[in-house]
Amino acid sequence: MRGVGEHYRIIHANRLSRIGFWIIVGFLTVAVFAPWIAPHGPWEMLFVDGRIASLRPPSWAFPVGTTHLGYDLFSQLVLATRTTVIIGGVSGLISILIGANIGLIAGYYGGKIDEILMRFTDILYGMPFLPFIIVLIALFGRKLEYVILAIVLIIWRTSARVIRAQTISIRQRQFITAAKARGCSDLRIIYRHILPNVLPLLLLYASFNIAWSIITEASASFLGFGDGETISWGGMLYELWLSGKTRVAWWWFAAPSICIVLLVTSLVFVSRAYEEVANPRLRKR
Amino acid sequence: MALFELKNVNRHFEIRPGLVSRVLHRHPTRWIKAVEALNLTLEEDEVLGIAGESGCGKSTTCMMIAGLAPPTAGEIHYRGKRVDNLEGEALRRHRRHVQMIFQDPYESLNPRFRVFDIVAEGPRAMALWPERGIGTRVADILFAVGLEPGKYNARFPHELSGGERQRVGIASALVMEPETVIADEPLSMLDVSIRAGILDLLRGLAQERHFSCIYVSHDLSILGNIADRLLVMYLGQAVEIGPLKQVIRAPKHPYTRALIGAVPVPDPRYRRPIPRISGDIARPIDPPPGCRFAPRCPYADASCRKTFLGLDTSDPLHHQAACHRLEQITDDDI
Amino acid sequence: MTTKAVLEVRDLNVRYNTSAGPIHAVSEVSFDVFGDEVFGIAGESGCGKSTLIRALLRLLSPNGICESAVISFKGHDLRTMPDREFRKDILWREISLVPQSAMNSLNPVYRVGAQIVEAIRAHRRCTRATARERVAELFDVVGLQADLMDSYPHEFSGGMRQRAMIAMALALDPALIIMDEPTTGLDVLVQERILRRIRKIRDAIASSIILITHDIAVIAEMCDRIAVMYGGRFMEQARSLDLFESPHHPYTLGLKNAFPSIHAVGAELISIPGFPPGLIGPQTSCPFEPRCPFRIERCATETPQPVTITEQHEIRCFRSAEAESLRELAKSKATWHCSN
Ligand SMILES: Nc1ncnc2c1ncn2[C@@H]1O[C@H](COP(=O)(O)OP(=O)(O)OP(=O)(O)O)[C@@H](O)[C@H]1O
Ligand SMILES: Nc1ncnc2c1ncn2[C@@H]1O[C@H](COP(=O)(O)OP(=O)(O)OP(=O)(O)O)[C@@H](O)[C@H]1O
Ligand code: SF4
Ligand SMILES: [Mg+2]
Ligand SMILES: [Mg+2]
Repeated sequence: MRGVGEHYRIIHANRLSRIGFWIIVGFLTVAVFAPWIAPHGPWEMLFVDGRIASLRPPSWAFPVGTTHLGYDLFSQLVLATRTTVIIGGVSGLISILIGANIGLIAGYYGGKIDEILMRFTDILYGMPFLPFIIVLIALFGRKLEYVILAIVLIIWRTSARVIRAQTISIRQRQFITAAKARGCSDLRIIYRHILPNVLPLLLLYASFNIAWSIITEASASFLGFGDGETISWGGMLYELWLSGKTRVAWWWFAAPSICIVLLVTSLVFVSRAYEEVANPRLRKR
Repeated sequence: MALFELKNVNRHFEIRPGLVSRVLHRHPTRWIKAVEALNLTLEEDEVLGIAGESGCGKSTTCMMIAGLAPPTAGEIHYRGKRVDNLEGEALRRHRRHVQMIFQDPYESLNPRFRVFDIVAEGPRAMALWPERGIGTRVADILFAVGLEPGKYNARFPHELSGGERQRVGIASALVMEPETVIADEPLSMLDVSIRAGILDLLRGLAQERHFSCIYVSHDLSILGNIADRLLVMYLGQAVEIGPLKQVIRAPKHPYTRALIGAVPVPDPRYRRPIPRISGDIARPIDPPPGCRFAPRCPYADASCRKTFLGLDTSDPLHHQAACHRLEQITDDDI
Repeated sequence: MTTKAVLEVRDLNVRYNTSAGPIHAVSEVSFDVFGDEVFGIAGESGCGKSTLIRALLRLLSPNGICESAVISFKGHDLRTMPDREFRKDILWREISLVPQSAMNSLNPVYRVGAQIVEAIRAHRRCTRATARERVAELFDVVGLQADLMDSYPHEFSGGMRQRAMIAMALALDPALIIMDEPTTGLDVLVQERILRRIRKIRDAIASSIILITHDIAVIAEMCDRIAVMYGGRFMEQARSLDLFESPHHPYTLGLKNAFPSIHAVGAELISIPGFPPGLIGPQTSCPFEPRCPFRIERCATETPQPVTITEQHEIRCFRSAEAESLRELAKSKATWHCSN
């Protein structure tokens, strides 16, 4: 098994992934300390000289500017980071957990089990995201849990397929036959012998999944299917859209968009570092 | 009673031509008959050597005996019980007694395991001993194969030389204390002095623990040193079997004769005679009936091409060759 | 044999950094490979043979560090050549390798023939059809049927994969072919045939060969000159007749004793007792000292430097002058197993 040191080495082998790594660490810190960092509440109307601080561009008092209702965008952004990190982290991790297990089991056993699991995955492939989340929210209401559930159900399938393919190729290697000869049970072979060998790929897809969940959550919130009670980057853009001030308030548009792009790209850079490990042919070039 | 008994065992592989040629040329399915009608016994406390041409089915035979690949036809018995159709837990329990050392040390060690964990994996998976006991046994066996545990325990396979990997493979089979060891070219990357040490180890274990061993090697001089009996295979058929000294000193089958005649000698002045057998190394794809050596055999006649004489396994000490023309072969012909 | 060296190596050192300290896998190795000759390297498992050639070909794993005074190939300085150029102009085209892991060096998801065709086309302009013809030719050299080109590696036996890698190494008529244990999976008949064909090719295209093998008989048959390696050093280097007829180094003497011969079935082999050296930390003695029955005090405190015995015969041993008598002593088992 790889130690922490090895992951550090993989990430630091490459400049982009190093930068990405520290950006992610930055966002995580903000998420953890969000309530202490944010000077105001997300929906706290601010006044300057007795008047609503409406649509102020970035300044010393309001580093990222304000909305038309006088909400501080900086505070919103900081608090939304927490939502995003939770949604990204939780749905990314759950989806990779499901995807990896289904991929490992389908790939290792093959035959009927593989057939059934893969048909099931194919059905999910046919399922479009938007109608799915609309139905879900119509049934259960706009809650964070359901948003996460919807995202997980949509994104685990790709990781399952990729991990299945990798498992099939590892299953044929002779060290797996050797493990069988030594009397290892199927579960032991899957989780002790195959898993460490798909781990780089798994980490690659874990970071992909997190990035996808963040984008998906942003789109869902932007379309008004997010959780109304919690602020999120997508939700901020949704409010901008509702206010009709898109053309005026560039800062309102820029701030959440830059955050989304920054975090997602960082995740992609870090996953690229793992891709080189998962796919040694890239490394030789 | 024989420990292992193989009755008419076959292993055939289907060749699937590419999709295009299947559709366009309608190639019929062809079969590689890697092992055909093999009858064999392994007695208790004996070392059976297997030699034969590259690609003749030695590894395939090993895999079948070790319970890692089922025969496509025929039966394998172990202590009188049929084992080729075992499944699940029963198969797992059976495997403990029959350990295989794999041919390719670069492919058979898990690249993500450290040396200690590779060797300890079998005992752990089978829960043979408590963890402390496993630790000492692993250390002992690593020491016995010449890898000082302190130096090698924490290494990954890619940090080992070829011969060191091979010894890790040997250790991980022997640590299970099996009744039968199936060794597929276990020492091919080791130099003679370490080889001698490991052969001593195997011989010692054989005497002490009464285990039997199938030992595949292309190196007849090693076989000469360890085996009691020798089986010679050619393209999936058993062509000669008998007590080792008899087979090596007085080979009967023309293939065995050629094989023994081609053994190199450690002397720079010596030039191996160019073997008299003609033709190319063949493959067992849809082979015709009869002796598969016939196309290359200087003695072959019509009867050879028609039928194959099997070997009779009832008396393990009987030296015999599956050849129609034994009377015609004279000694100065090798 | 021409007298010009194709490959010249001076004072090559390789160490692997590990958590237990640096492992000095190769120390102070110098040798030449002349045009048109077969240079053999023999030695105990783990003594640094593969490391040596991986260092020459820049294939060391990331924790391996190589230092040397000279590595020159046909007049090119290989130490300073940029990686790109080395990969493009030297590797495969001029120097090819049959790695020790040959059985596992083919990509499992591509057909064997296609992989060799790709390798040819990466270095030489030619159509796919010509490349395939070339592969068929090479397959014949190593005794594989041409129709095997369309098989996947897992459908090959161990020896067949090894032969496919030998075919790949011959593909571009390189000037130097390095073979690391090329015959471990081959029976003697196939081995004889391949070695005979390789010798023929070698004569036709005048390439040189470095042959690493533990099989002394193969070394004796193939090589013009032989180096015996122990603990990362070349202990003895000589023309093969000299090495077999007047071996000088105690390790070479032991090696000869432990070699079984088919002509003496069941005869007892004399092994060299003890473990190979640790190679961790700097070397201050003769690496063979702990196992050498002929050691003297000096051996434990000083590393012997190469001594020239006759032309092209070099050994590293303090008792090189007494070789004659040591050779007699080495024949008895008691020498090896009692004095230690
Ligand atoms: N999975 C497979 N599919 C198709 N053919 C196979 C497969 N496995 C083995 N074969 C074929 O079966 C034959 C016997 O292979 P096997 O590995 O048993 O040979 P071997 O005697 O061990 O040879 P070597 O000494 O070279 O290792 C070969 O011709 C090989 O091509
Ligand atoms: N990446 C590595 N990290 C640490 N040690 C290594 C590494 N690679 C090899 N070694 C060690 O260096 C020594 C030399 O290895 P090398 O592969 O050169 O041996 P070799 O002479 O080719 O042996 P063999 O005949 O067994 O293949 C061995 O003791 C090995 O354990
Ligand atoms: S230098 Fe000394 S220890 Fe080394 S081989 Fe010679 S006699 Fe033996
Ligand atoms: Mg084999
Ligand atoms: Mg090596």
